[in-house]
Amino acid sequence: MTAQLAALRTFAGRRPWLTTAAMLALPASWFVVFYLAALVSLFISAFWQVDSLTGEIVHIWTLDNFRLLFSEPTYRHVALRTVLLAASVTITDALLAWPFALFLVRHAGARTRAALMAAVTVPLWCSYLARVYAWRLILSHDGALNWALNLLHLPDQKIAYTNWAIWLVFSYLWLPFMILPVAAALERISPTLLEASADLGASEFTTLRRVLLPLAIPGLVAGSIFTFSLTLGDFITPMLVGGAGSDFIGNVVYASVGVANNVPFAAAFAVLPLLVMAAYLLIARRLGAFKAL
Amino acid sequence: MTRRRPLLLQTAVAAVLLFLFVPIAIIVVYAFSASNVQSWPIAAFSLRWFAVASADEEVRAAFVLSLQVASVATTLAVLLGTLAAMAVNRMAPGPRDAVSFALVLPIALPGILTGMALNAYFSAAHMALDFTTIVIGHTVFCIVIVYNNVLARLRRLPRSLTEASSDLWAGAWRTFRLITLPMTASAIGAGALLAFALSFDEVIVTTFTAGVQTTLPLWVLGAIRLGQRLPEVNVVVFAVIVLTILPVGLAQKLTGEAGQLHK
Repeated sequence: MTAQLAALRTFAGRRPWLTTAAMLALPASWFVVFYLAALVSLFISAFWQVDSLTGEIVHIWTLDNFRLLFSEPTYRHVALRTVLLAASVTITDALLAWPFALFLVRHAGARTRAALMAAVTVPLWCSYLARVYAWRLILSHDGALNWALNLLHLPDQKIAYTNWAIWLVFSYLWLPFMILPVAAALERISPTLLEASADLGASEFTTLRRVLLPLAIPGLVAGSIFTFSLTLGDFITPMLVGGAGSDFIGNVVYASVGVANNVPFAAAFAVLPLLVMAAYLLIARRLGAFKAL
Repeated sequence: MTRRRPLLLQTAVAAVLLFLFVPIAIIVVYAFSASNVQSWPIAAFSLRWFAVASADEEVRAAFVLSLQVASVATTLAVLLGTLAAMAVNRMAPGPRDAVSFALVLPIALPGILTGMALNAYFSAAHMALDFTTIVIGHTVFCIVIVYNNVLARLRRLPRSLTEASSDLWAGAWRTFRLITLPMTASAIGAGALLAFALSFDEVIVTTFTAGVQTTLPLWVLGAIRLGQRLPEVNVVVFAVIVLTILPVGLAQKLTGEAGQLHK
C-alpha cells in the first residue's frame, strides 16, 4: 500500500498537470452537472411546449415560444423596458461613481481612503431585500421623502410605484459595484503619467479627459457588467417598488413558472438576458474589463 | 494631480455617502417603531415587535431553514471553491483565463438565469424542489465567492515559499499542508463568511428552487407583497442586516490582517 502510494506520488510528481487535473475534478464536475447542464436544459426546454390540457411538458421541438415572444407586443415592451432601464442604471451609476472614485484615489489620504472603501462596501452586505424595502417605506405616501418635501413646502413626489422608482432603487442598489472597480482602475494609474501630462502643458481637465478617463475604461466596463447584469436579471425590485405596468423580463419568467407553470415559455424568455449578457461580456473582454475585476 | 479645488468633489462624495446610508439608517429606525402602521416620522419607540417577531413560529422556522441552507452551501462552497482556486493557480496563463472566465459565470450572468436554469433542470429531471435544491442553487454562486477570495490570496503568495519547500524535499501534500494551507487559511475563512452572508440573504435564485419551502428572505418577500405583519418585517430585516454584516466585518478583518503579514 505504502509502496503503491509512493509510486503514485512519484508518478504525479513527474506530471504536475495530473495533480492539477485531480484538484480540478471535483469543482469542475459540480460546475458541469449543476450549472452548465442546467443552462443547457434551459436552452432545450425553451423549444418544448406545455400540453394545455394536462399541464405536462411535451417534448416536441417547436419555435412557438419564441414566436409568441416576438409577436406579442406586451413581451416586446417588457424586454425593451428591462434593457433600457438596465442601461440607464448603468449610466447613472457610472456618473455617480466617477467623482467618488476620483476623490477616493486622487485626493484622499490613506486613512480616509480606507474609511471610504469600507463605507462603499458596507451597503453591499446590508441585505438586498432590506434595502429595497427601505425605499418602499421612503417612497410610500406617509414616507420619509414626502415628509421631507413637505417640510420644504414642496408638493408630494409622484415617483412611487413608477419606472422612475425602479430606476432610482436599482441605481442605489448597484452603485457600490460601480465605485469599487472604477476606484481600483484609477489606483493603478501611475502618478508619473499625470505629471507627464501636466509637464506637456495639459490642463487638469485635459488630463482628466485624455489620460485618466481612457485608463479608467476597463474599470468602468467591469462595473457596468455588474450594474447591467444585475438589473437585467432582477424582478424583486420591480415587484416591490414598481407599478402595474412595470414588469421586467424576470417578472414574466417568474409568473410563467410560479403561476402558469409554463417552464418552456419561461425558459425561452430567460434565454434573452443570456444572449444580451453574452454579447456584453464578449465586448467587455475586448475592452480589458476582466483584468480590472 | 493637485489637491486644489476638491470642494466640488467633496460635495459629490458627501452626497453619494448620504444616498448610500440614509435608506439603511431609516430601515434600522423603523425596527424600533412602536406603531403598527408604517409612517414617517416615527411617533414612539419600542422593542415590542422584536418580541412578537421572535415568538412567531413562521419566522422561527424560516430563520432555522436559512441558517441550515447557508451552513451546508458554505461548507460545499469552501471545499469546491478552494480546490478550484488552487488548481487554477497552478495552470498556464492561457487555460487559466478560460477556466476563470467559466467559473465566474454564475456571478457575472443574471441571477434569474441561474434560478430559471436550475428550475428547468430539476423539472426535466423530475426532482422535487426541496432543501437539497435550495442548497444546490446557493452553492453554485457561493463557490465563486470562495474561489475569488482564495485565488486572490494565492496570487499574492510568493512562489519562492513553495519552491523552498520542494527544495527541502517536501512532497506536494506536505507543501500543501505546511505552506499553502496555513498561508491561505484566512482567505478561505473570509470567503466562507462572505458566502454564508450571501446565501443567508439570497432571494432571486431561491424563488426558483425553493418549492414550498420558506427561507427567511422568502418570508420577508411574501409578507411585504401581502402587506401583512409589516412591523415584524421591519424587525426581521434589521436582524438580517446584523447577521450578514457581522460575518462580513469579520471577513474584512481576516483578509486585512493577512494582507499586512505579506507586506
